Amino acid sequence: MKNCLGIINLSEEEMQIQELTKVRPIAGLPFAGRYRVIDFMLSNMVNGGIHNIGIFTQNKFRSLIDHIGSGKAWDLDRKISGVKVFNPAFNYNKIVQTHGDIEHFYQSLDYIKYASEDYVFLSRSYMICNMDLKKIFKDHLESNNDISIVYKNVKNEEKFYGLDTLNIGMNKLLISIGKNTGKKEKIDLSMEMYIMRKDILVKIIEESVESGHSNYLKQALFQELVNYKVGTCRYEGYLACINSNKNFYDANMDMLDMDIYRQLFNNERPVFTKVKDEPSTIYRENSDVKNSLVANGCDIEGEVKNSIIFRDVHIDEGTKVTNSIIMQRTKIEKNCSLNNVILDKYVVITKENILAGDKKIPYIVGKNLTI
Amino acid sequence: MIKKEMVALILAGGQGSRLKGLTKNLAKPAVPFGGKYRIIDFPLSNCSNSGIDTVGILTQYQPLALNAHIGIGKPWDLDRTRGGVKILPPYMSEEGGRWFKGTSNAIFENIHFVDTYDPDYVLILSGDHIYKMDYMKMLKYHKEKKSEVTLGVIEVPWEDTYRFGILNTTDDLKIYEFDEKPKNAKNNLASMGIYIFNWKKLKEYLIKDQENPDTNYDFGKDILPKMLNDGNDMYAYEFDGYWRDVGTLESLWEGNMEMLSKDAPLNIHDRTWKIYSRNANLPPQIITNNANVKSSMINEGCYIDGEVNKSVIFPNVKVGKNAKIIQSVIMPNVVVEDNAVIYKSIIGTNSIIKDGSVVGDKELKEITLISNEDNGLFE
Repeated sequence: MKNCLGIINLSEEEMQIQELTKVRPIAGLPFAGRYRVIDFMLSNMVNGGIHNIGIFTQNKFRSLIDHIGSGKAWDLDRKISGVKVFNPAFNYNKIVQTHGDIEHFYQSLDYIKYASEDYVFLSRSYMICNMDLKKIFKDHLESNNDISIVYKNVKNEEKFYGLDTLNIGMNKLLISIGKNTGKKEKIDLSMEMYIMRKDILVKIIEESVESGHSNYLKQALFQELVNYKVGTCRYEGYLACINSNKNFYDANMDMLDMDIYRQLFNNERPVFTKVKDEPSTIYRENSDVKNSLVANGCDIEGEVKNSIIFRDVHIDEGTKVTNSIIMQRTKIEKNCSLNNVILDKYVVITKENILAGDKKIPYIVGKNLTI
Repeated sequence: MIKKEMVALILAGGQGSRLKGLTKNLAKPAVPFGGKYRIIDFPLSNCSNSGIDTVGILTQYQPLALNAHIGIGKPWDLDRTRGGVKILPPYMSEEGGRWFKGTSNAIFENIHFVDTYDPDYVLILSGDHIYKMDYMKMLKYHKEKKSEVTLGVIEVPWEDTYRFGILNTTDDLKIYEFDEKPKNAKNNLASMGIYIFNWKKLKEYLIKDQENPDTNYDFGKDILPKMLNDGNDMYAYEFDGYWRDVGTLESLWEGNMEMLSKDAPLNIHDRTWKIYSRNANLPPQIITNNANVKSSMINEGCYIDGEVNKSVIFPNVKVGKNAKIIQSVIMPNVVVEDNAVIYKSIIGTNSIIKDGSVVGDKELKEITLISNEDNGLFE
């Protein structure tokens, strides 16, 4: 897939996941103990052989730029191509309501136009999966379609409500794109990943700016689909959509299912992330850890059950943490009890506190807070 | 080339034969230590944290694992346009090829490397000790004392002095005598194998020493005693932190175990003095419902389904159901199958402990080493 440009578009819907996205885009959300959401799509692209990747951010891009850095962790610090982050060159909040994100792409159209690659793979970041992009690319080339959209056939559940669904006809060709209202038992869920020749994307962006018919890239694509032969590529495997608090919580908890863990983290297509040079996690004499995912650099003296523990977390003696997600560099002092809780980064829970949420509505403590 | 005030040289060519099978395929500085590191990470991180950006690593014995580990020095932030880390192996020249004949000969053969940076000082380190030290403080001391050579020293218990090279000093720490492994020591300051030399002076002695037919080509035996005899000002620099030689199986095992105590003398969690290493980039560790982990260190990529007690587990180790690991050091990529039991052992990289087997001394007295042909490289 050397001949393919990768674009990750981060203008994502944050309505259902506001507490955690106050300080960062969905792409920058910590996930599975040591990753951020965007790591999965970036790694998919790198493992698929894409070496030229553009990330189109919206607002709140500071933490993301810090995370991506030079792209070294993904082997994207290249002399030839590599990763580039495009921040909107205007007040995004104001503009996005009136103009959408198409303006942003139009401003950086030169990057897309002058890239040496002939194809482009367009994606969001909030769909977490470990995908063999080489196979998807091959399927697309063999189909001779102008555009291919990646989808997964799923049993319909609440977590997929409101997302795009594909109506697929003969020869895997696309008939139309709709919204999942939850009525059907099985749906073909659009993963919002599109493959096409680069000149098609350029044309779509230019035409939509010219005619003014679309404010969003997605709208523009939908508008233009009638003019092209659009096919579909099927993905099989684990998929989580990080677009609500509950989905975020559930997807993290999915990592405790060994089948899912092994699907997402395999030797063939590793998931890369920024390294932190943390020492090993130390389990003290009175600690009791069961059924949990624990990252490096932690110091655990208390009890941890069914939880996801990020890097450099301290859990003091007499404290019980169950069914919770504890993010990087938090400290939980002595004799606390946490159940169904999400602690954001740098949180301190002082001693003898009891925090509890519900599996459906986890209790969230925002970044930097001390309770 | 831009001038550097001080260049560091790490002697990393030693075999470390007292580590037995662990160093069959790799040099001692490349031996894994402390749950995720290799021994050389400590001096290299010290250099980086001290602000020394020009480091030469002298290799000789089994350098593959070491070379692969160092690469261009990125993990230590030593991939620099000017300076950075350079690996210095023995080489061929017009007069033919030759191995490094000893520690001082290794530096002699690389005089041209040091001269490139025109340094005022050189820092000579060995790649086989575990410690955290700010070399810049030592350099400041060296300058204050107007010393020609400054040797890092550490106070050792009087009863252990017979194991070390002891320096006899005056009250202001000026060295007047070397006492190699003394029976009746006059002092308890042991040399740590850390030297700062004024480069011009060292160069002069290195060249002179090559012409001496009786030389052992050794810093401790030849260069330092000669300089002292000639009346050069030499001072001891006292270091009061944790310092450990891990050159034997016993000391390697003990060094690892020391990291497990609540008041561990080596604070590996200190954010102001991180120890860097090549990171394996593996997913977080899994501790299952069957697992029972106490007083142990575990690293990323591990899958723990059994019991782990007072042990250090390196990355990507699998511990099966009902397996038991007691007081052991388990190096990267080891698979401990179901029902296997390991007592007080060091298990080399990539080993497989078969289902139901029992390894080590049940009484927890002797240390057992399991190593294999394939214990060199790991990613």
